[in-house]
Amino acid sequence: MSLLPYLIAGWVFLVGVHGIATSRNLIHAVGCLAVTQSSTYVLLLAVGYRKGATAPVFSDLPVDAPVVDPVVQALALTDVVVGATVTALLLALVVQTAKRHGTVDPDELSELKG
Amino acid sequence: MTRRLRLWVLTAGLLATAALYVAACTDLPAFGGSWHPYGDRAVRAALQQHTANAVSSVNFDQRAFDTLGEETVLFSSVLGTVVLLRRTRGEKRVAPGPAEVPAALRRYGLLVLPVTLLIGLYVIAHGQLSPGGGFQGGVVVATSLHLLYIAVDYKALERIRPLGLFELADGTGEAAYILLGAAGLIAGSAYLANTLPLGTFNTLSSGGTVPLLNAAVGVEVTSAVVVLLAHFLGQALEIESEDGAKDGGREA
Repeated sequence: MSLLPYLIAGWVFLVGVHGIATSRNLIHAVGCLAVTQSSTYVLLLAVGYRKGATAPVFSDLPVDAPVVDPVVQALALTDVVVGATVTALLLALVVQTAKRHGTVDPDELSELKG
Repeated sequence: MTRRLRLWVLTAGLLATAALYVAACTDLPAFGGSWHPYGDRAVRAALQQHTANAVSSVNFDQRAFDTLGEETVLFSSVLGTVVLLRRTRGEKRVAPGPAEVPAALRRYGLLVLPVTLLIGLYVIAHGQLSPGGGFQGGVVVATSLHLLYIAVDYKALERIRPLGLFELADGTGEAAYILLGAAGLIAGSAYLANTLPLGTFNTLSSGGTVPLLNAAVGVEVTSAVVVLLAHFLGQALEIESEDGAKDGGREA
C-alpha cells in the first residue's frame, strides 16, 4: 500500500500532539513535542523516496545512478537542527519554571507569580 | 475546563485532523515513484558544482541562504538558553567534588575520546564528499569532549572546555558564515554565491565554498553544543540556592 508511509507520519504527529495535550509533566511535554516534530522527518523522507534508488552521494556511484531526492533530505537536516535547539530552549524554560514554582505539572501552573 | 471536557475537545480535533490528513495523502504522488523534479534538478546542479554529496550541495550551495537562517536559529537559541540558565538572585555556585568512576569506564572513555574527536573532524572535513558535514560532525566533536565528564569527572571537563573561548567560537562560526557569503558579493556575484574554483570532482578540495561553509558551521555547532551542555550541567552540578537546596529553594 503506497499510502502507508505518509499515514505513519500522520500517526506519529497525532500521537505527539495527544501527548502534549494530556501531559502532566513539562519535561514529558517537551519530549512529546520532539515526537511530533519527528513526524515531519518521516513525511519528508517518504516524499523523497524513489524505489530502487540509493543515497544521493556520488563519491562511489556512477553519476547517472538513481538516487533519492536530496532536497527533502537537506530539509530534514534543517528540521533536526531546529528541533534540537527548540528542545534545548524549552528544557531551559522548564528548569527555571521548576525552580520558581516548585512543580512541573502544567495544571498546577495556572496562576501568575512574580 | 475540566480534564474530561478537554479530552473530548482534543479527540474531536485529532479525529478531524486525521480525516483531513488522510484525504490530503490520497492526492500525493505515489510513494517511491520516479517523479522528483526538484531532486533531479538538485542532483544535476550538485554534479555541475563538483560536489559529490548532493545533500551538502543543496545545503551549502543551492540553499546556502536558508542554511544561514538555520544557523541563526541555532545561535539565537543558544543565546536564549544562556540567558535563561544564568545564576539568578538567591543562588550560589558551588564547586562539585571529584567523582568515583569505575576503572573500566575510565579506561574505555579515555580510549574512545580521541577516536570520537577524530571521527567528528573527519565528518566535518568530508561533508562535500560523504554523508555528514558541519552540523553532524559538530555534534560528534562536542560529544567527544563530554566523554571526559563520563570517564573522569566535571573538573576534568572544565579544564579542556574553556567556556569563554567556546562562546567566542560560537559567534566566530556564525560571523564566518556571513562573511563567506559577503565574499560572493566582492567577487562580483550574488550573496553566498559559489564563486571559488570548483576543484576536481570527488577530492577534498572540491565544491568551491561548500567545504569552507561546512567548516564554519562545524565550529559553530561544536561550540553551540558545548555551551548548551555547559549551562545545563552547571544547573545540575554547580548552581544551588543559598540555603543549600538543589531546586525549589526560592519558595522556602
